[in-house]
Amino acid sequence: MPPGRPLRILVCIKQVPKAQDLQVDPKTQTLKRVGVPSEINPPDANALEFALRMKDRMPAEIVVLSMGPTSFDESLERAVAMGADRAVLLTDRILGGSDTVPTAHALSETIRKIGGYDLILCGEETTDASTGHVGPGIAGHLDIPQITYISDMEIVDGRVRARRTAEDGSEWWETAMPCLLTVNFGCNRPREPTLSGKIRVKRGGVIVHWSCADVGIDPNKVGLKNSPTIVAKVDTVHLPPRARKMFTGEPREAVAQLLHALVEDGVIRP
Amino acid sequence: MIEHHNALEGKSHFKGVWVFLEGRKGALRDVSIQLIGEGRRIADRRGVTLTGVLPGYRVEALARHAIGYGLDRVIVVDHPLLEIYRSRPFTKVMATLIHRDKPEIVLYGASKNGRDLGGRLHAVLETGLAADCVKFDLDDEGNLDMIRPSFGGKSLAHILCKQHRPQMASARRNVFLAPSHDPARAGEIVHQTADLSEADLDAKLLEFKEFVREGGQRPDEAEVVVSGGYGLGDPKNFGMLQELADLLGGAVAASRKAVDSGWIPKEFQVGQTGMTVRPKVYFAIGISGAVQHLAGMQESGKIVAINIDPKAAIFEIADYGIVGDLFQIVPELIRQLKELKAPGLPTEILPAAV
Repeated sequence: MPPGRPLRILVCIKQVPKAQDLQVDPKTQTLKRVGVPSEINPPDANALEFALRMKDRMPAEIVVLSMGPTSFDESLERAVAMGADRAVLLTDRILGGSDTVPTAHALSETIRKIGGYDLILCGEETTDASTGHVGPGIAGHLDIPQITYISDMEIVDGRVRARRTAEDGSEWWETAMPCLLTVNFGCNRPREPTLSGKIRVKRGGVIVHWSCADVGIDPNKVGLKNSPTIVAKVDTVHLPPRARKMFTGEPREAVAQLLHALVEDGVIRP
Repeated sequence: MIEHHNALEGKSHFKGVWVFLEGRKGALRDVSIQLIGEGRRIADRRGVTLTGVLPGYRVEALARHAIGYGLDRVIVVDHPLLEIYRSRPFTKVMATLIHRDKPEIVLYGASKNGRDLGGRLHAVLETGLAADCVKFDLDDEGNLDMIRPSFGGKSLAHILCKQHRPQMASARRNVFLAPSHDPARAGEIVHQTADLSEADLDAKLLEFKEFVREGGQRPDEAEVVVSGGYGLGDPKNFGMLQELADLLGGAVAASRKAVDSGWIPKEFQVGQTGMTVRPKVYFAIGISGAVQHLAGMQESGKIVAINIDPKAAIFEIADYGIVGDLFQIVPELIRQLKELKAPGLPTEILPAAV
């Protein structure tokens, strides 16, 4: 950490439809999306909480960054109310339809413009698109180290040590700053907005909106037509119907019927 | 940057299907083996060769072994600095090889390392990468149709990368069948050097601690999974699920809410950001059934739901359901299972056929 100034942490967030409220319509077998409220992508909220906990322990400035329509202000305001210092929204019609390549490009250009960062934190993936590609993509563009899927971190002698969750174990990695970390979904419990935070939001001036021109992003590198991938079509999945047989009565009776059915099916052996 | 990579006329320079081979502790990751089988199918349909790419250290024997799964050749990049997976040197090696040899398709396992690598690499190469694919096809123009679940697995999105090359995708584990191994299969080993120095080691692995699972069974390998959710109310109640799982020879798992609550480690989480399981029987106990959870278990053989809320979404996809207090039902289930397992004991409440 550079001496004499607070640690500067950038947290990248996305606003997504609220995950818990997404349920399947049993009749149409499609997602009920009408009227679903938005939230900060939950893994990003974990990344923000991660940053806030660092700020609890040491002098730090937290800048939250997002890319999307101005309705994303809702999530940026919440982030500031939770304790972030300020927020930047990259918002421009020409960004519409960007896949992960232009998104990583546009965000990394915006991060260059913000400048002076020590740590960039992202959620491990979004709950709506769930690629997990943007965080490492930003690190690639900025040519800085990345440590993905982390759940714990400390700064020792000006270097980052982070615990990464692999499939078969946990790894402790050490790297220099600046670096980018992607944070595990559910590794902490994001705090609620505070009263003083809400007052700061109300006073205004905590969120700035930048266009691609403000940042100096080449319009020929972003948006739908500059995205390598397209979604050609979407098929609704028709899973085989389930019996949906309910066993009722006293627990003893219901359980006996359940076990009988499972034994009959041959999936458990008596 | 790749020359002509954005131009349609440059597309024809890109040929062949590559599979990134991920080594772990001297073996290939199972998803890499599964991808060789799928890569073979795609390469045959395109009429091109199938190449495995294996960056590592002292991996020649592993490369020879990999050929047996159906590869035509393996590009081995053997270097001490590639002994373990690290983002920067692996990205550098893959980017260099892709720039030089111009494969048309590159496939990765959607493991943590595969996503870490693919995410960084696709941005550097400025080409498309579809995440977590479960199926591949070819469209009329010969583009790779990369099919992946979207929104919790309720729909399948067909992703195309029409004008950029290579077309890249990561594939989910345990979706594609592992091909059989033919030790006599002939294939070429191509050694490539890596221009790496200590400066590329921008991250250092200090410690690795292997997860130890009680009972040794992983939920994604078990035939029976007993999964607990927020309805359990307390971490200690997982003990009851473990007892049930032990009786059934299965493994314990959990919903995201239970993991979020800190009751059980994340490596037990089933769902969109956890693992996908396909056991013969899946017990969802105190799990309401958000789509993100369903995404990880909806392909189970039989689904049993136990929940106090008769309107819980989990019942919609359950074969069998019991509405009630799990703290009465699970102990009763354990009790009756013990009776079933103990021959000679009266089973008066069970039908004679059992």
